[in-house]
Amino acid sequence: MDKMNSSQVLLNNGNNLNLISLKLFLRNQIAFFSELKGHPSALIGFIILILYILMAILAPLIAPHSPTTTDLDNRLLPPFWLEGGKSTFLLGTDVLGMDLLSRIIYGAQISLIVGFLAVGISILIGGTLGMIAGYYRGIFDQIISRLADLLLAFPFLIFAIGMMAFMGPGFLNLILALTFKGWVEFFRLVRGEVMSEKTKEYVEAANALGISKLKIMVVEILPNIIHSITVLGTLRLGYMIIMEASLSFLGLGIQPPTPAWGSMINDGRDYVMNAWWISTLPGIALLILVLSINLFGEGLRDLTDPRLKRS
Amino acid sequence: MFGVVVLVFVFMRFTPGDPVDLMMGKAGNVTQEQIDALRAQFNLDAPIYVQLYDYLKDAVHGDLGDSFKEQRPVTELINQTMPATIELSVMAVLFALVIAIPIGVYSAVKQNSLIDRLSMGVSFLGVSMPAFWLGILLILIFSVKLGIAPPQGRIGNGTGLVHVTGFYILDSLITGNWAALKSSLSHLILPGVTLGATMAAIVARVMRSSMLEVLCQDYVVLARAKGLREFTVIAKHALRNGLIPAVTVVGMEIGALLGGNMIVETVFGWPGLGRLAVNAIFNRDYPLVQGVVMFYAFVFVMANLIVDVLYTFINPKITI
Repeated sequence: MDKMNSSQVLLNNGNNLNLISLKLFLRNQIAFFSELKGHPSALIGFIILILYILMAILAPLIAPHSPTTTDLDNRLLPPFWLEGGKSTFLLGTDVLGMDLLSRIIYGAQISLIVGFLAVGISILIGGTLGMIAGYYRGIFDQIISRLADLLLAFPFLIFAIGMMAFMGPGFLNLILALTFKGWVEFFRLVRGEVMSEKTKEYVEAANALGISKLKIMVVEILPNIIHSITVLGTLRLGYMIIMEASLSFLGLGIQPPTPAWGSMINDGRDYVMNAWWISTLPGIALLILVLSINLFGEGLRDLTDPRLKRS
Repeated sequence: MFGVVVLVFVFMRFTPGDPVDLMMGKAGNVTQEQIDALRAQFNLDAPIYVQLYDYLKDAVHGDLGDSFKEQRPVTELINQTMPATIELSVMAVLFALVIAIPIGVYSAVKQNSLIDRLSMGVSFLGVSMPAFWLGILLILIFSVKLGIAPPQGRIGNGTGLVHVTGFYILDSLITGNWAALKSSLSHLILPGVTLGATMAAIVARVMRSSMLEVLCQDYVVLARAKGLREFTVIAKHALRNGLIPAVTVVGMEIGALLGGNMIVETVFGWPGLGRLAVNAIFNRDYPLVQGVVMFYAFVFVMANLIVDVLYTFINPKITI
């Protein structure tokens, strides 16, 4: 010990601090998921979400038909429990004879991928900008905050519709349209949280130890605000999925024949009189997914902030 | 607002697709001279900063340009479709408040009762339900199966309504045309419910939680201790403070309502601003899209201002 100079001692202390932070973080995560057991609605939401993710991943194995193969001999078939339905097309077929069950199963892929990507990129952009703006403040904070205010003057859907109209339909454009404004909420959340965390003793201690600013932000502050980001991210996931479906419904998102629930609901609109299942069934799939995500998200919020627990 | 105008303007100019090509595409054989003449007519041949300057100069005089497609002033088209959208939005907000406030209050007063659990379950469902799907579901049930509400349009044929203000309900009342009133109300109900459902769900939840908080306050306990009737305690003492978060949420949801208009008007063939905007987007009608988006942003900002003013009425302790 006496051979070490004071800076080495500080460095070792810094490394130990990182290890402790990591351990604490992992322990918190494990405790967090075990707490989920005590929150039945959140647990149900979580399980349904996992089932949807599995359905999306295993779509090629579990879908009985190709989602884009047309079969004009079997067009507008009702679900199997109705008169005229066939057991080979369990949930019926659409106007081009495409199997509705297969399209619903594959549709989960689009909804989940778009939802997770839109939220993930929003978190990455908004979180990074919020972290820098909240920590350094100054002119950077001023510029980004004003830009965020400007974007907030547009209702989300109108903004997304406008962007999709300008850029044209397509998967990448859809992600871009959803994230272009989606990052703002994460920016505001992270900025606020960082500004509050920055004044706490553990950050001052890390500063005194000479740990780099980047390391303080990522290793010290981030684990303390990750729960808030997760909660907002989960709640925004359901919203993004509805946004994707809304844009596809308007013909601005994913284009047919690619199976997306929003465009499937739109396809069935003209046939609602005699083939209600084309619009209704993809809508139920969408509703259950968003419902489960919201249940999970609200549960997470209750668990992370006991003050918000429903009395 | 200035930032919004510039942002919309720049976005529209930098996106692929030329409106003149779009217009000429339909006309078939056209010469370069004709294309250039059309570009000059719509000021599209000028540099973008000149276009922006001219646009802003005209906009402050209330001139938002002419629609490429309709060849009519944008303000005229907005004025023409605005009453339909306002009528629909008012119906949606009324539906949301009339349903949500009593449910929220009752759920808080009868906390953990069957009705509380049921209504909160339904409101959670409402929050998660996409408006366009709910609209189709309502058409399926009430128009197709039960045949009690029309699925499309704003008013039935042959009602002989004389247009005075453009608000059909108001016009029917002014002219005493009860057949038109019945028809326009029946056309309004399904889109109104569809548009207001999410707001109703959110307001009911917020109302419940704010009332739960208010009902524990000392002044409510005091009011009860004074022997006031429970109805008076809730309606006169607790409700006023409990309403503040609900008003906030209504203000926040105005944006969602404006966006929802586009969807709901498309589903129900409602001839309002939302459908005008969607059609303008598909036709790449620059001036019309700019005008409508600016108008939406203006309404959004104004609605938030009105909500701020409303606070002072509900809670005199708050000053603007």
